[in-house]
Amino acid sequence: MTTDDFPQIRPARRRLVEVLLGGGVLASVVSFLYPVLKYLVPPVVPDLGEDEVVAAKVGDLKPNSSKIFRFGSRPALLLLTAEGEYHAVSAVCTHLGCTVQYRSDLHEIWCACHNGTYGLDGRNISGPPPRPLESFQVNVRANEIVVTRTRGA
Amino acid sequence: MQLVKHIHDWIDERFGWAKLTEPLRHKTVPIHKLSYWYFLGGITLFLFGIQLCTGILLLLYYRPSANEAFESVQYIMTRVQFGWLIRSIHSWAANLMIFTAFMHMFSVLFLRAYRKPRELTWVSGMILLFLVLGFGFSGYLLPWNTLAFFATKVGTQITGQVPVVGHTMMVLLRGGEEVTGATLTRFFGIHVAILPGLTAFLILVHLALVQRFGMSLPPGVEANLSVNPSAVREMKFLPNFLLREVMAWYIALGVLGALAALSPWGLGTKADPFGSAPAGIRPEWYFMFMFQTLKFIPSKILHIDGELLGILAFGLAGLIWILLPFLEGPREKRGGTLIRGAGVFALCYIVAMTIYGYFAK
Amino acid sequence: MIGRVLLLSVALCALASGSRAQTANTCLDCHGALDPPLQVTEAQFAQDIHAQKGLTCASCHGGDPTKADMGAMSKAAGFRGKIERSQIPALCGRCHSDATLMKQYNPGLRTDQFSQYETSVHGKLLAKGDSKVAVCIDCHGVHDLRPPSDPRSKVYPVNVAATCARCHADAAYMKPYGIPTNQFAEYQTSVHHAAMTVRGDLSAPTCTTCHGNHGAAPPGVDSVKNVCANCHVFQAQMYEKSPHKEAFQSAGLPGCVVCHSNHGIAHPTDAKLGTGQQGVCVQCHTTGDDGDRGRANILAGLTKLDESIKSADRLLNVAETSGMEVSEARLQQDQARDSLTKARVTIHTIEPQLVDQDIQAGLKITAKDLQAGKDALSERGYRRKGLGIAVIFILITLMGLFLYIRQIEGRREAEVHEL
Repeated sequence: MTTDDFPQIRPARRRLVEVLLGGGVLASVVSFLYPVLKYLVPPVVPDLGEDEVVAAKVGDLKPNSSKIFRFGSRPALLLLTAEGEYHAVSAVCTHLGCTVQYRSDLHEIWCACHNGTYGLDGRNISGPPPRPLESFQVNVRANEIVVTRTRGA
Repeated sequence: MQLVKHIHDWIDERFGWAKLTEPLRHKTVPIHKLSYWYFLGGITLFLFGIQLCTGILLLLYYRPSANEAFESVQYIMTRVQFGWLIRSIHSWAANLMIFTAFMHMFSVLFLRAYRKPRELTWVSGMILLFLVLGFGFSGYLLPWNTLAFFATKVGTQITGQVPVVGHTMMVLLRGGEEVTGATLTRFFGIHVAILPGLTAFLILVHLALVQRFGMSLPPGVEANLSVNPSAVREMKFLPNFLLREVMAWYIALGVLGALAALSPWGLGTKADPFGSAPAGIRPEWYFMFMFQTLKFIPSKILHIDGELLGILAFGLAGLIWILLPFLEGPREKRGGTLIRGAGVFALCYIVAMTIYGYFAK
Repeated sequence: MIGRVLLLSVALCALASGSRAQTANTCLDCHGALDPPLQVTEAQFAQDIHAQKGLTCASCHGGDPTKADMGAMSKAAGFRGKIERSQIPALCGRCHSDATLMKQYNPGLRTDQFSQYETSVHGKLLAKGDSKVAVCIDCHGVHDLRPPSDPRSKVYPVNVAATCARCHADAAYMKPYGIPTNQFAEYQTSVHHAAMTVRGDLSAPTCTTCHGNHGAAPPGVDSVKNVCANCHVFQAQMYEKSPHKEAFQSAGLPGCVVCHSNHGIAHPTDAKLGTGQQGVCVQCHTTGDDGDRGRANILAGLTKLDESIKSADRLLNVAETSGMEVSEARLQQDQARDSLTKARVTIHTIEPQLVDQDIQAGLKITAKDLQAGKDALSERGYRRKGLGIAVIFILITLMGLFLYIRQIEGRREAEVHEL
């Protein structure tokens, strides 16, 4: 049965129903497809798992400066020495958890809370910190600076 | 509509579409007080389709390794555009589908649609129900969160209690002696390849059988019609009943979207295999009645391990349930009453145990 | 009677003398079978660092370790028997203060222990004839003496406090000296003890860190802050420049200990700045005076920042459980918490303005995080609006379907057979 079997129904009425149905189906299908299509587009920050993160782009950092970035759910420190070497360590001080910083005057990593100092490789040098900072591998890929955590020994 | 007709004619000229769908165009659905129950099968099928689509979309971002599974689901929920929607729909639809599958089974039981000649439809349907529960069990582990990890540990351990083959079954399920990343990978393969393949095949069988035998009439209606044949009312499947089914499906879509946006599915905390089980660990609601039953059974009954007895009892119950149509026997009326009684008991038991399981401590 | 015992012992020893160890040490043949206090077994002595370096009983006790009979203990062989307690430090010092000798065994070991000991309270009292005080073997053990780096040593950092407490927590033993005996009990409640035992930080302070080990003596009242300053550098520097330094010094008060106690140093809370039982400022300052007003000012700032951090956390929690992405804001919250920590250190300057600087820095961060939380929630609102729109389209479609069905089945039929 189609609408043709019921000629007594006014054409205008038929048009209305057709428009309602067709329009409704179209609109609802679009409202379903829109999220699906957006979903397919990879997000700006591709997920590289918890072991790898793009910390910065080449040129973001000036020599003898640093940047705090997020690694997993904890802060980490990326620094570029005056000689052009990249280092990356966990920024969570091993003493009581404050966020450490790079001291461009001392060329060392320093914790403002209780004056702990670490070398550029994370080794605890002086002050209260009992353990070194976890250090990460840094690689430059194209123009991205990729920081990796090596899991397991 | 003109456009639709054009497309239809184009396909028909090349594939003989009209001839293929001829039987479908003659298919009718009986209309009576209890006709609404006929929708349940279609809704379950629709939800399966939703699961297929959202599942495939999730596959584009999910990573099935113990190291990354949780983070990848977190990534989907927070970084991927509308990832939260796809994932929440997948989780909600899974639960809804298991619910409608059970409802469908019970409605078929109480409307006695399993009788001759539809025995195999029932059997294929029961196997489908078990496959759907398998989907639920395997999928639940995939986010690799604490609740899922321990629920899987307990669930597979119970499997291991089955005599003779239990331990082998458990090792095959777990991919080892313990629940580890190997279990996750295995469950993933089961969930996205093995079960979908089996289910798709069985659905085709099930639908073919439904098509072959047509819609059954509940006993009461049947009796009426034998007395008064002219009172039969039927509706054409195409397009009338199908349009109504599509309405039901649209409503289901709306409900799913609302659930996903207003009550998004949680993620929990990442599983720590060496951590201790959190207090109050329990399975998902569709396994709750079995879990609660096992908790009730005393540890020993007549020198036999209580839990083992419980598992065997459920196994036996499952077997009886699959073979239900064959148990009705020649004295149809008597057998039918017995089965209806069993159905009522089972339904009440499942509902009561599930509710109790949630309120107990 | 004694003669019979001796005869029996000799007979036993003669029987018991079996194979001897690397360095001839026949003493253990008999003394291993005796009862305490004369008992020293082979197993016990094998643990001793001195035995492992090749020393024998005779190295300290004299005598001849090669003889298998009582000739081992002859005066002619230099046997000294049991060493008098007052002689023990000098005996140990005979080797341990000899730099040339010690270099042969462990060049890294210090050789000033004996001279340090002589400056200590223990050493001074021992020289006056008091043999109740600690001598070398009381802390280091004897016959199974282990190096301090061995976790089973009595002077392994984790064990030091318990070793001191053996005497210093014994009220009856310490009675003649008139000093308190609750230090160990108090120390066990302290944050330093927790750092060592719970966090496993072996560099955390124990008795010897502040009192010295060989030269053990309480730091003078004026020197307390120097001891604390070894680790707590910032607080000490700030205290030095603060008005408290002059005030405490002239009143003869022991610096840091006034507010923080010496042994039972608890983790400080903001309650210390309060007016309740734990308040320290109010113990000297009267309500309404300059100091008290400054205290109230500082406390208000700290409380404000603390509250601000908590409320931003709460909002971010709500957003996160709704599935929103707030990890950047969470990271910033850590910076805000750092500001709060810094502010709490700056208290030691006793300058409300300086504390306020840190507080304001923290508040700026929490304000941004609160905004991030609000943004996340408005994103959630956007999702719900999107849902609303989709639902509307669905309803329109449903309406269309309904009318279409009615249309193709004829109005009349639809009225009679409602399905």
